[in-house]
Amino acid sequence: MLLTVLINGWPSFSTNGLAWFGPGAGANGDPVVQFRAMQTGTALPGHPLLYFRAWPLIWGTLLSTFGAVVIALVISTLAAIFLTEFAPPAAQRVLEPVIRLLAGVPSVIYGLVGLLLIAPWVNGLIGNGRKESVQYVVQLSGSCLLTATLVLTVMILPIMIAFTSGALAAVPAHWREGSVALGANRWRTVWRVSVRAARPAIVSATVFGTARALGEAIMLAMLGGGRPFAPNPLDGLTFFFEPIQPLAASIVKEFGDDPNTPIGHTMYAIGAVLLFSVALLSLAAWAVRQPLKRYGIGI
Amino acid sequence: MSASAQPAPPAIVRPRRESTASWPLIDRLAYGLCWAVGIGLCVVAVGIVVFMFIKGISALRLSLFVESPSQGVLREKHSGGFLDPLIGTFIVTAIGIAIALPAGVGIAVWLVEYGRPRWLMRTVESAIEMIAGIPSIVLALFGLLLFARPLFALLSGSTSTGGVLGQSFFNAGIVMAVLALPLIVGATREALLQLPARTREASFALGKTRATTTRRVLLPSIRPGIASGTVLGMGRIIGDTAIILILLGTLKLEGTGGAPLLSTLRGTGSTLTYYIYYYAPTGDGNSPQKAYAAGFVLLMMVLALNALVTRLSRGRAA
Repeated sequence: MLLTVLINGWPSFSTNGLAWFGPGAGANGDPVVQFRAMQTGTALPGHPLLYFRAWPLIWGTLLSTFGAVVIALVISTLAAIFLTEFAPPAAQRVLEPVIRLLAGVPSVIYGLVGLLLIAPWVNGLIGNGRKESVQYVVQLSGSCLLTATLVLTVMILPIMIAFTSGALAAVPAHWREGSVALGANRWRTVWRVSVRAARPAIVSATVFGTARALGEAIMLAMLGGGRPFAPNPLDGLTFFFEPIQPLAASIVKEFGDDPNTPIGHTMYAIGAVLLFSVALLSLAAWAVRQPLKRYGIGI
Repeated sequence: MSASAQPAPPAIVRPRRESTASWPLIDRLAYGLCWAVGIGLCVVAVGIVVFMFIKGISALRLSLFVESPSQGVLREKHSGGFLDPLIGTFIVTAIGIAIALPAGVGIAVWLVEYGRPRWLMRTVESAIEMIAGIPSIVLALFGLLLFARPLFALLSGSTSTGGVLGQSFFNAGIVMAVLALPLIVGATREALLQLPARTREASFALGKTRATTTRRVLLPSIRPGIASGTVLGMGRIIGDTAIILILLGTLKLEGTGGAPLLSTLRGTGSTLTYYIYYYAPTGDGNSPQKAYAAGFVLLMMVLALNALVTRLSRGRAA
């Protein structure tokens, strides 16, 4: 499967070489300009028809994925601890279906809710002064890196909580009892014994969460701001309000019908990159889990 | 009441909750954070449901259910309802489950009951795991490439230049089946592994073969497990947009001509998710009222499926 996708995306890679992953320069460096050129079939002056520089898309993917996974890692660990250790039975009975519901809500609905609930709020947060200060570079709106990352966090939370709490529940009771008997309070016990033992599962949870965040397309296409822009961390707070368009979202937005057109080849190249990163991720997780497994509860 | 006549069940001795007052400040802070996160999750979930509920109810009209959408009409009054996407959702789900259910149960039974040769079992196991991790948009790209081959011309219509279109309900359903497969395999496998060995041994002792045991003893007893896996798969299929976007991609049902049912199945159309995407403020349709209404219907379906899974899993535990 990787091969099939890669073969159809190959023209794009072979035309651009390794610069495919790099940023473009000048007015033609904008992926939108490149997409339009491919769709209309008129090559940009001085460049082949398949000219494509993916850096803004890759940067957007990295930012949103990394942000969401880091936030979700903290929240999911806390939530899993709460679910397995501290929640009274009544709260457990409520929380379990809630997490299942959050996992089941389709990504379009997340997109819709984000667009109509969070985006206006963030839009108010930006303020007119900030918008005017950068209006010749990029239009700011409520759909931006911050909004996309927040909603993405909620989307990858359920699967991460499921992994982590499963492992926490599987920690043998006598391990914890030993710790309690030594006088550690319940939080110390959970943190020092259970969470430690569950580290392999937390790694798996992170990997699955990252894979989901990488592959999430629809919600990010709706909430990213609709422009492949590479947010610049040097912009201070404005950085969080700049639009992004990750790799998967670009496929959703720009793909036509036909795989065998210039735009089609480019999209398959993007798909191949996604597939390759997901495969690499699971490999890395496997490698990280091996040494941890000896002392812990693994999945 | 008759219940009072029975001896009272022994009171469950619960350890007294340790008071947090004696903990160091950091630990108390972390404990509080745990509670905050738990409550926060509930608030988010309730917020989504309530928000969609309010917006959906106010946008929902009965006529939306019986009218077809008309693409390209921008005035909201005349752009029709979501009859076609609704039908499309059912078709895609039916095809997807019809393929994924037998395949998934078959694979799970083979993995647990037979599993030989060992290397093949390992390979199949990790293949299923890998499929679960593949983004659905890439799955869709792969599907389009595959089904646009002349070999699969039967499954979809043809392009204006005479090539194979590659977009049809058949194709979308097949790719959806791949999406639902890991869930069904996972649930069935769990259920099979949880069955006590004596169930199998009793059947073997009566002289039944492995195949008969599987068919007559194992499958009936893991029915709730299979059912909850299927329902999870259905939820996944109903909620997916990326595959529909690439493998169907027209708002209305557009048949290819020929026999009525076959024409629809070989033709293109849409599902509710695509409809929402299309009519969302960022989509081409841009009439949020429609998106709300369809989103509400979709969320109700998801909620119903969720409740079903909860009931099925509770029933198994009891």
